[in-house]
Amino acid sequence: MIWNKEIECMSRDELSALQSERLVKTVKHVYDNVAFYRKKMDAIGLLPGDIKGVEDITKLPFTTKDDLRDNYPFGLFAVPHSEIVRVHASSGTTGKATVVGYTEKDIDIWSECVARCLTMAGVTKDDIIQVAYGYGLFTGGLGAHYGAEKVKAMVVPMSTGNSKKLTTMMVDFGATAIACTPSYLLYLSEVLEQEGLKDKIKLKAAICGAEPWTEKMRKDIESRLNINAFDIYGLSEVMGPGVACDCIYHNGLHVCEDHFLPEILNSDTLKTQKQGELGELVFTTITIQGLPLIRYRTKDLTNIDYSTCECGRTSARLGRFKGRVDDMLIIRGVNIFPSQVEAALVNVKEVSPHYMMIVDRVNNLDTLEIQVELKTEYLTDEIKGIEKLTAKIGQVINQALGISAKIKIVEPNSLKRSEGKAVHVIDNRKIF
Amino acid sequence: MVAKQLSVFIENRQGRLHEVLDVLKLNKINILSLSLADTTEYGLLRLIVNDPEKGKDKLTFAGFSTMTTDVLVIKIDHKAGSLQGLLENLSDRGINIEYMYGLSVDGEDAFVVLKTSDLEEALQTLKKIGVTTLSTEDLKDIK
Repeated sequence: MIWNKEIECMSRDELSALQSERLVKTVKHVYDNVAFYRKKMDAIGLLPGDIKGVEDITKLPFTTKDDLRDNYPFGLFAVPHSEIVRVHASSGTTGKATVVGYTEKDIDIWSECVARCLTMAGVTKDDIIQVAYGYGLFTGGLGAHYGAEKVKAMVVPMSTGNSKKLTTMMVDFGATAIACTPSYLLYLSEVLEQEGLKDKIKLKAAICGAEPWTEKMRKDIESRLNINAFDIYGLSEVMGPGVACDCIYHNGLHVCEDHFLPEILNSDTLKTQKQGELGELVFTTITIQGLPLIRYRTKDLTNIDYSTCECGRTSARLGRFKGRVDDMLIIRGVNIFPSQVEAALVNVKEVSPHYMMIVDRVNNLDTLEIQVELKTEYLTDEIKGIEKLTAKIGQVINQALGISAKIKIVEPNSLKRSEGKAVHVIDNRKIF
Repeated sequence: MVAKQLSVFIENRQGRLHEVLDVLKLNKINILSLSLADTTEYGLLRLIVNDPEKGKDKLTFAGFSTMTTDVLVIKIDHKAGSLQGLLENLSDRGINIEYMYGLSVDGEDAFVVLKTSDLEEALQTLKKIGVTTLSTEDLKDIK
């Protein structure tokens, strides 16, 4: 099934013409309405008129997450506040959030994109879908929700946090689809097994995203639950989930190219990679009004395939994600930068600024342990003193990251010092 | 009078306790008593030694996180009920025991090491009931 055949199966030439027209409009829109872009373009002597089509995209300057942070909260919005109907936010590199604003039309576009993805996964108005992404500032919950309503499925807004209720309702309601992170779905499959509910569910499709996962994990989910599992991609800065999704052929993620123009660049030279070559994914939004982004560097590593898919869609497909250009971690679906931990620990006088993050996956759930060194002058001879400190650091970290971490206090000078680039993370998950 | 206790923070890593003892041995520091409070992640080793300041310096030099704490070392009769009687006096005055361990030597006497919620109050209480506490100096004579 294809939600919007006209667009999704459009010939590459027609699509390119549509993209060109929209890119030209977008560049003019940001030049006229966002001082940041105007300054950047003026600095290199580029006028909106110089961008005549998609072939001119490489002339445009890049945008990064740091630019979003520097213009916190609304500095890059291209419309007046009165036009914004919703904001979402994700964690920034130093504790300051990255804020994205959506106009009513942006929300419509988002719903349309998610509707296409859900349709790829076979979800229709006859389905009952449990949305088990977090609802709130995180884009996952509401993003999936609006798309599911768009296809007129029966939406059960579970959000996160209550697995027991989720599995009970999955059985009682006869849910046929679920949207959640892949690691959470694996965990749920175990819960269902333990409770002897596996044969009682009617689930047929899962739309999983918000964190990287392997093809092996996808197949594992499919065989455990006897369902089809689909990979949905998005990033909070560029709308949210629904930017791309894979179809039943699982041969790459179809990008909603009429809204998001992808490029794959060599992350060192920032030159366009040859088709199929691995590189950094860069997106230019070409219809978004609230927070249009020009050549936004996602820092995600992947490749791209422009050939027509067996499903009939002509949209470009992204390959499996192969890692990150920066040190961002995705833990339980939440974006975490080591620098956030550093910034949080600076305020805890009892520990040194050295720390080590150990990420693992235990029973299909991500775990995070943060090791910190106790300064000798704050040593106490009582266990309760150290326990109190552990709890205090746990709170500080939870506030900063939005997820809980196990805090382990270690001896002074015991964490490895590095002479070059400091190593602050050990990730044992093997997710790429 | 109070005695100095040496406390050492040790991670639960193989050989770490042994390394503490190594440092003490090399520097000829004699352990009179010890207690190890352990958790799954780390332990707090509390030691009564003949020279706590030297012990602290040497262990710090060896990279350990150490500190000294004032504790009460009390001589009690080596007979049933003597410890109970002592603690009752403290408890009656609202003084809590944070931790406690024994220090037993040859002969008729026994010793306990106490860390209380209020050191001064505990000292006065003990003085009132005629119980003597030992200083680090006194401990040097204990064989």
